[in-house]
Amino acid sequence: MSMNEEKTEFRPLIVAFCCNWCSYAGADLAGSSRLSYPADVKIIRVPCSGRVNPMFILRAFERGADGVIICGCHPGDCHYSTGNYYARRRMTLLFSMLDYMGVENGRTRVEWCSAAEGVKFSNTMNEFCEKVKSLGKSVRLGDIRCKD
Amino acid sequence: MQGLIDRLTALLSDGTVARVIGWKKGDMAYNPEPHMFETAESLKDFVYDGFCGANLSKMMIEASKLEGKTAVCLKPCDTYSFNQLIREHRVVRENAYIIGVGCRGKLDIEKIKKGNKGITSISGTELDGSDDIKIETIYGDKNISYKDALLDRCHVCKGKDHMIFDEVWGESKDTADQERFAEVEKIEAMTPEEKFAFFRNELSKCIRCNACRNVCPACSCRKCIFDNTKFDAQQKANVVSFEERMFHIIRAFHVAGRCTDCGECSRVCPEGIPLHLFNRKFIKDIDKFYGEFQAGKDPEAQSPLTDFTFEDIEPGERG
Amino acid sequence: MYKIAIKDLNTLFSKIAEEQELILPIKKAGQYNFGVYEEGCDIDGILTNKTVKSGKDAFFPQFETLYNVRKKITPADELENGEEAANTKIRTKLTIEAEALKDKDFVIFGMRACDVKGVEVLDQVFLTDPVDNYYKARREHGIIVALACHEPEESCFCTVFGIDPADPSKSKADVATWIVGEELCWKPITEKGEALTKKIESLLASADDSAVDAEIANITSIMDKLPNTKLSLEGWGKGKTDEKFNSDVWQKIYTPCLGCGTCTFVCPTCQCYDIKDYTTKDGIQRYRCWDSCMYSDFTLMAGGQNRTSQVQRFRQRFMHKLVYFPDRYDMYSCVGCGRCVDKCPQSLNIVKVIKAFENEQKEAGANV
Repeated sequence: MSMNEEKTEFRPLIVAFCCNWCSYAGADLAGSSRLSYPADVKIIRVPCSGRVNPMFILRAFERGADGVIICGCHPGDCHYSTGNYYARRRMTLLFSMLDYMGVENGRTRVEWCSAAEGVKFSNTMNEFCEKVKSLGKSVRLGDIRCKD
Repeated sequence: MQGLIDRLTALLSDGTVARVIGWKKGDMAYNPEPHMFETAESLKDFVYDGFCGANLSKMMIEASKLEGKTAVCLKPCDTYSFNQLIREHRVVRENAYIIGVGCRGKLDIEKIKKGNKGITSISGTELDGSDDIKIETIYGDKNISYKDALLDRCHVCKGKDHMIFDEVWGESKDTADQERFAEVEKIEAMTPEEKFAFFRNELSKCIRCNACRNVCPACSCRKCIFDNTKFDAQQKANVVSFEERMFHIIRAFHVAGRCTDCGECSRVCPEGIPLHLFNRKFIKDIDKFYGEFQAGKDPEAQSPLTDFTFEDIEPGERG
Repeated sequence: MYKIAIKDLNTLFSKIAEEQELILPIKKAGQYNFGVYEEGCDIDGILTNKTVKSGKDAFFPQFETLYNVRKKITPADELENGEEAANTKIRTKLTIEAEALKDKDFVIFGMRACDVKGVEVLDQVFLTDPVDNYYKARREHGIIVALACHEPEESCFCTVFGIDPADPSKSKADVATWIVGEELCWKPITEKGEALTKKIESLLASADDSAVDAEIANITSIMDKLPNTKLSLEGWGKGKTDEKFNSDVWQKIYTPCLGCGTCTFVCPTCQCYDIKDYTTKDGIQRYRCWDSCMYSDFTLMAGGQNRTSQVQRFRQRFMHKLVYFPDRYDMYSCVGCGRCVDKCPQSLNIVKVIKAFENEQKEAGANV
């Protein structure tokens, strides 16, 4: 099981923050529909995409993530009415700041994905995973203390 | 300056205010300190000159809890911070008597000290002083122009008008002669490698003294998240590759939409890190994505990060 | 006494750096700070400019790892006993790796007399019982090359504490150097200094001991002209705890203090530290980092009873420097380097504190 045996291929570590009401259910649907998405994606369930503090994202990178994706309900469909609208503004600014500081484009992403969109969830994850894989290991935001 | 002292003395004597927040003469030519004057007699040490760069609005958070009114001297750019504090219910407007003091830009002692050691006196820095300031040092005298010694923030001055005041003393001057976002744009135009190298070089100097945070009028939390002992990325540990970057990004994020661009963070940094570049980047993005917004201009205005529209752009757009 | 042309300093530095680590002031992003010498680093102006932080880091770094704890879980199929395999507690092994002590010599160039005195202050704390091994190892392997202050600044007041900035050979340095015209005069003082000098002798020319006399006289006369060197320490020192602690002057002067750590972090003598754990991928890293008595969580204990107000914290810093430390070690723990005078965001500093007490005494005297 350990990754050491297959050192040849780079497998990115991806953290996905999924909102409880839409995207997490979307992931569930993808699973029960037997759609596949890479095992490199680690899902963290949050009550709402509005719950995602910018620090969560930086923390994930610090601890060795190579890419971070935030999934929430489509704008207008938020379980709490407006949570994802705030998240949208926050993430827009944060991603722009990361770009400003020289962190590669493409390591961060926001995707709106409803509970009915199992296919979209699986496609998004596959796509994102490929993208991050092409960027390689994240070194700019990692903390050396968390390395092997 | 005597006119201002007389006015403050009158305010104190007739009981309009119980105390005055202003600057107290330093023991050197350039180091006045913020001070709370409680008696008319103590105002003999009051000073207002080119080195009074400190933004006193944050001191009002504590002062407005005290009995009676507090007179506070605010420069045009400080009044933005004060408005923002009113917006956030951190100060009580009724307990403040705002003297809008005139400003013709404030001086950066670090710039003056470059090439001028052993300073014994500096003259001509008063509000009605000359265009040149005279620096006397034990190694010889020198004149430099007031304009050359201005703080960086004064080159992108927000204007000479006080946003909020009870009375104004002295003439102000708009000292802006540079494009506000020029520095930010310069960085934006770099390649990711250059950007990263630039920030790493600057932030590797950070000693985590928290001066930027503690001086910031927008950083008014009772307890900062970086002071939370139960959180293991807590302050203090510098040097390691990531810590200080996270601190500065998060700090800038916490004040995004509330930062008035007063420039105190860059002024106080002992290592001369241009911290305003983070805040200004957020301001630029907010302007671009959500429409022009100047925090502190209007105490009623909704901050962009506590607001939204249905048509907002999707994350991923780079400013 | 030896000498070398200042334009040849880079050659000297790379020669020293060949054999051991060399730490010296380096200009980076517009500021002077001590750092490790590398080929091509910016050393322009390092002889005359004060560094932001003192050279304290070389012996007592702002951040250092003490040890690492790693957790290793043996995979179940590698165990013979099936019962054990089910119990992760038994399969989990903890290893503790202590960080190695400094075991190689290094040179620190460009400390001033005040910085060297600062190290002497740290010695009192870290080399007396209980001895701090990490510090001791660095002290034993560090070779201090001190530099006379060619251009003292208005914030300097080291002479108040009996330090002679003109003659670092009087300090605990291993080598003393002076800027004389276009040359740097070099004088080994201790055995360590002699040994270092031997290694680089080929680059040095010999000089007369009197070569530095004019420079010493010059610096001394400049110090006389500086405003803060007339400061009086009367009323401070041993046994003044009650008198100063209960004074109401603190309440009057502390208000502008932001509670930031600038003064403590740029100070050559501040020695308080905190020990913390950092959770790594497979264990923890225990590290120590400088702490500041200006911070709200300084010496915070479970009961929450540390200093709870800024005036208490403010008082602590100056009482420690000027009263408690003399009480315990018979020396002041301020060396008058003037860094806090330069860097305090609110222009509040130890000189103003001392002067405020002086004024208070004068006023009290006048009222009697």
